[in-house]
Amino acid sequence: MLVVQILIDGFAISALYGLGAVGFTLMFGVSGVLNLAHGATMVVAAVTAWVVAGQLAASPWIAAIAGTAAGVVMAFATYFLVVRPIQRSKSVPETEKEIFVLTGTLLWGIMIQEAVAYFYTDTPKSVRPLISGVMQIGGVRTPTNELLIAVICWTVIGLLWLLVNRSKAGKVLLAASINPRGLTVLGFELSSVYLSVWAIYGVLAGIAGVLLATFLGASSAQASQLTASAFSIVVLGGLGSVSGSLLAAYVVGYLETLTAYLISPTYRSVPALVLLVLVVYVRPRGLLGRR
Amino acid sequence: MTASFRDRLASRQLLIALLALAVLLTLPLWVSAYILGVLTIAYYFGVFAMSWDLLFGFANEVNFGPTFLIGSGAYAAGLLNSQGVPLWACLIAGAVAALLGGVVLAVPALRLTGPYFGLATLVAVLLLQQFIIIFAGTTGGEIGLTMNDILSTEATTNYWYALAFMIVSGVILLVLSRSPVGLILQASGQDRIGASALGFNVVKHKLAAFCISAVFSGLAGAMLVFYLGTASVGTVVDVAVGVQVIIAAVLGGRRTIVGAAIGAIFLILAGEALRPLGQLSTFVVSGVALLVILFSVDGLMGLLRRRREES
Repeated sequence: MLVVQILIDGFAISALYGLGAVGFTLMFGVSGVLNLAHGATMVVAAVTAWVVAGQLAASPWIAAIAGTAAGVVMAFATYFLVVRPIQRSKSVPETEKEIFVLTGTLLWGIMIQEAVAYFYTDTPKSVRPLISGVMQIGGVRTPTNELLIAVICWTVIGLLWLLVNRSKAGKVLLAASINPRGLTVLGFELSSVYLSVWAIYGVLAGIAGVLLATFLGASSAQASQLTASAFSIVVLGGLGSVSGSLLAAYVVGYLETLTAYLISPTYRSVPALVLLVLVVYVRPRGLLGRR
Repeated sequence: MTASFRDRLASRQLLIALLALAVLLTLPLWVSAYILGVLTIAYYFGVFAMSWDLLFGFANEVNFGPTFLIGSGAYAAGLLNSQGVPLWACLIAGAVAALLGGVVLAVPALRLTGPYFGLATLVAVLLLQQFIIIFAGTTGGEIGLTMNDILSTEATTNYWYALAFMIVSGVILLVLSRSPVGLILQASGQDRIGASALGFNVVKHKLAAFCISAVFSGLAGAMLVFYLGTASVGTVVDVAVGVQVIIAAVLGGRRTIVGAAIGAIFLILAGEALRPLGQLSTFVVSGVALLVILFSVDGLMGLLRRRREES
């Protein structure tokens, strides 16, 4: 019973972690940006879905689409207001761009988080599940929505894989992550490549935010924690490696679920953090990292 | 820039510094105890930001976990004090604990670079926070640890302690950063391979910078909790506190030490002045910091310098 419970819960949580982290790692792989406003982007998507579903009394599916759209808007705002001005700035030395993008997106994330808390308070927002009802799996009562979340996450990740590996636009993205200069020599505009990455990132983070709201609820106070967990998963899997991030998401998701069920929910995040420290020390490039 | 012009600039800087010092020293004569209290906290924050600047501005290592060092110092001092150890010994123990914590963290972490070093330090903070909450029986958990002793009940005395501490730390850090050691740090931060090719032991120098940063952070953390009378996760360990230290240093101007202190004082005062805005105050402060980063890369110190060069 308990084993089945842990397997099911862990699977759904891990799928959600994976979806959240894939956008983050794709962004780093292609454009070298670590977006510390990641958690804030997810929260904006979640709260938008909550507002549309609750105050406008729309159906959960319309709310989910609105939330995802909000994620995209938020991603573009981050790019145009914060990241691009820093990248194009002539007064920031090239070697320090990375740290300025980190600090800039961090501040931007705090601003968004505070604005959301101001207008909609920082209590957790739950959106009605996309599908209601409960199923019996191996003798464990499981909300159908939990399974739907795992299915949606894996469908989106699968579509992303097809896009990156099978379409021309995706191959341009891959090329940009390997050799940006080579790509410009071939006549591709790097700025439009970056735009499409931010759009994809917005969709991924938006969906992850909305699903989080239907599953565990999302609050603006969680924004930095969401960023930290995406960051740790991505580093654990290897910066820029999508499959590494997915593997790491499952390792972290199951470790947390196991700890919560078998020891105590208080210790939930400790084993994953210890594992992260060990991996960073012993194998800094992560589980499946390049280099 | 000719030598005489540089001398004039330096003497002018000294003049401004002395003038600012005179203002700070006479403040208790004409401002309320409330403002003195706010400034006291701001000065301890100034030390946090200055020690962070030594590591980031000079050694170019992004320490996302300044509160690991601050918290280690604060909680070591607090826990000993609750066992009846006298205050002065607790302060020393706080500095030593932060130093030990710093060495344990830095020796393996300094093999890493860039985002990896940042992440290792960030995780250290999260772990420290978890342990404080898990061992709530001894540490007071999320509620906090109440001190047996406090520095002083007088607002003015506390103000003097904090100001003296900030000035002494500032002078030591400033002298250090301008010394040959500071130059080697800066060189190894900007070009690691180049610096080691010149025969400097990059790791040793960075480790030294980390240790110095740890000692000052730990001591400042210990003094802060003895001023506040309580040690809690929210005031000395939380990641948000570390973020504020980083914002202060970048806002003031990296690689200046003095700028970090100015940034910290500005940040705390602005947060206090904007308190009527309620929740929006953090929004405004982060917004201002973001604008400074976007439009004046060298922070507030950079703005001052540019104005001076134009005139």
